[in-house]
Amino acid sequence: MTSIATHAPLLSAVRRKRRTLRARLARRAWPYLLLAPSLLLLAAFTYLPIVRVVWDSLHDKVHGTTATLFVGLRNYSDLFADKAFVQSVVNNLVYAVGTVPLSMALALLFALALQRSGRINAVMRALLLFPSMVPLVAAASLFFFIFLPGVGLFDHYLGKLGIRGANWLGDPDVALWSLIGITVWKNAGYYMLFYLAGLQTLSSDVLEAATIDGANGWQRLRHVIVPLLAPTTAFVLVIALINVLTQVDHVIVLTKGGPSNSTKLVLYYIFEQAHENFAAGRAAAASVVSVSFLLAVSLFSLKTMERGAHAAS
Amino acid sequence: MVRKSTVIAGLMLVIVFFWSTPFLWTLVASFRPDNSGGIHMASLLPDFVPTWANFAEAFESGDFAVYYVNTAIVAFGILAIQIVTISLAGYAFARLDFPGRDFIFYVFLLQLMLVPPILIVPNLRTVVDLGLYGSLLGVMLPYFASAFGTFLMRQTFRQIPRDFEEAAFIDGAKWWQVLWHVLLPMAKPGLIAFALVSLMAHWNEFLWPLMVLNEPSKQTLTIGLASFALGTEGGKEWGLLAAGTLLVMFPLLALFAVFQRQFVNSFMFSGLKG
Repeated sequence: MTSIATHAPLLSAVRRKRRTLRARLARRAWPYLLLAPSLLLLAAFTYLPIVRVVWDSLHDKVHGTTATLFVGLRNYSDLFADKAFVQSVVNNLVYAVGTVPLSMALALLFALALQRSGRINAVMRALLLFPSMVPLVAAASLFFFIFLPGVGLFDHYLGKLGIRGANWLGDPDVALWSLIGITVWKNAGYYMLFYLAGLQTLSSDVLEAATIDGANGWQRLRHVIVPLLAPTTAFVLVIALINVLTQVDHVIVLTKGGPSNSTKLVLYYIFEQAHENFAAGRAAAASVVSVSFLLAVSLFSLKTMERGAHAAS
Repeated sequence: MVRKSTVIAGLMLVIVFFWSTPFLWTLVASFRPDNSGGIHMASLLPDFVPTWANFAEAFESGDFAVYYVNTAIVAFGILAIQIVTISLAGYAFARLDFPGRDFIFYVFLLQLMLVPPILIVPNLRTVVDLGLYGSLLGVMLPYFASAFGTFLMRQTFRQIPRDFEEAAFIDGAKWWQVLWHVLLPMAKPGLIAFALVSLMAHWNEFLWPLMVLNEPSKQTLTIGLASFALGTEGGKEWGLLAAGTLLVMFPLLALFAVFQRQFVNSFMFSGLKG
């Protein structure tokens, strides 16, 4: 009997210890359990796909089987030998140069002109914001009609001014610029929001000091406002660059990359290779090129991102 | 002498008018009775008796009712799951201390940049492997977790004083009770901000559903509108196209009218979409 008496506390001590151990383990694991659903999904649809696409880009299907063959960098050499791909890279660069600076400059000017509160300004801000809220597909189907040769909105009113419009979507020299126009129209109002927020963080003292020192409007903009808004500009630039690479809905609806590849953007090329030509290896290689570019932008701007998000909040 | 601010205001009025003409045209054209594609189709003047005929025809010929339901399932389904995943992850990042937290947070942040459209090719294969090709679930699945939402919830939770939770914990509440009854109600502004961005992003999405869905009965509004637009090209039924476009845009514009302030805030906060 004494043995039980002496053992009982020992046993319960072990149990207690085990229970606290389990509790501690649970406490340790708990944060990871909360993160698990998100991490699993992000892994499945962001990180693993990157691995997969890299693997795919180094392999090719063996005809008639499900087997794959390691082909090294052949998909890449094929890709860069494909005139359509090279053209899509050039197009994307032109598209970036055409859309990013212009929409950002307009955004800043809109923000400066409409920063004061008031009912009319609020309405005008909302109207400028509208295009960024509608689907790009909806915008594209509107511009389908607007760009229609002869009877479209553009040509109708240009005709009243005695100007003959171009074949906006059918002329290889013009079509990409028409898409650039849609993109600027769609995004300028959105970027304006960031500049409005950025302007609110500027202290009025600095501007007043500059005014007292005799700076005129242009000098204040050039030497005070623009430098102080640099974090906002960096943040907007990242968003704009991502948009340039990831939005091709209007290409699909309006031009399908044509006429003669003049509006083919990189993502449209990828979509086409994968969806229509079933050239998985080449689509994968093109994806890797795009992802590397995005990664470069993101690593470069991770710090800026956080700063920008804080400034905007 | 005319004041400079007056000149700027006048100039802005002109610019904003031009900026709005595509919408103005949509509104006018969708109510214009004659949809024969005549020379007056481009006129912005509402010189006619408005009619609902274009909308009625769009609903009949375009299966818009089905597209609405499918789009709503996708957009709200994604949002519902996201609210669970981002609340849990946001809570972990905001309130818990664990090894590797900062590293994992940066892993999350990186995803903000690697937006799904760029990974459509491998993701489509994953969806096919899971047997979800052609299903709405296949469209939704890649979006169930959101790095942006997690980031937003982390910021929101951090702004809530810890006193509230500590009081609840002392009263014997479990962590999930604290999260559900204390933190989430206080995080409402953040949640609304996220909900607006997420709903808009997935209501507007086109390329990904276009790749995943194959049956007409499963299509979403944007896909429906695109095939509608391509279909009217020959027939030149521009009033019909305008009505269809308006039908796609209307829920968003209505949402914007109701939640204007939150929209602007969340829009700004997001930068990147849901």
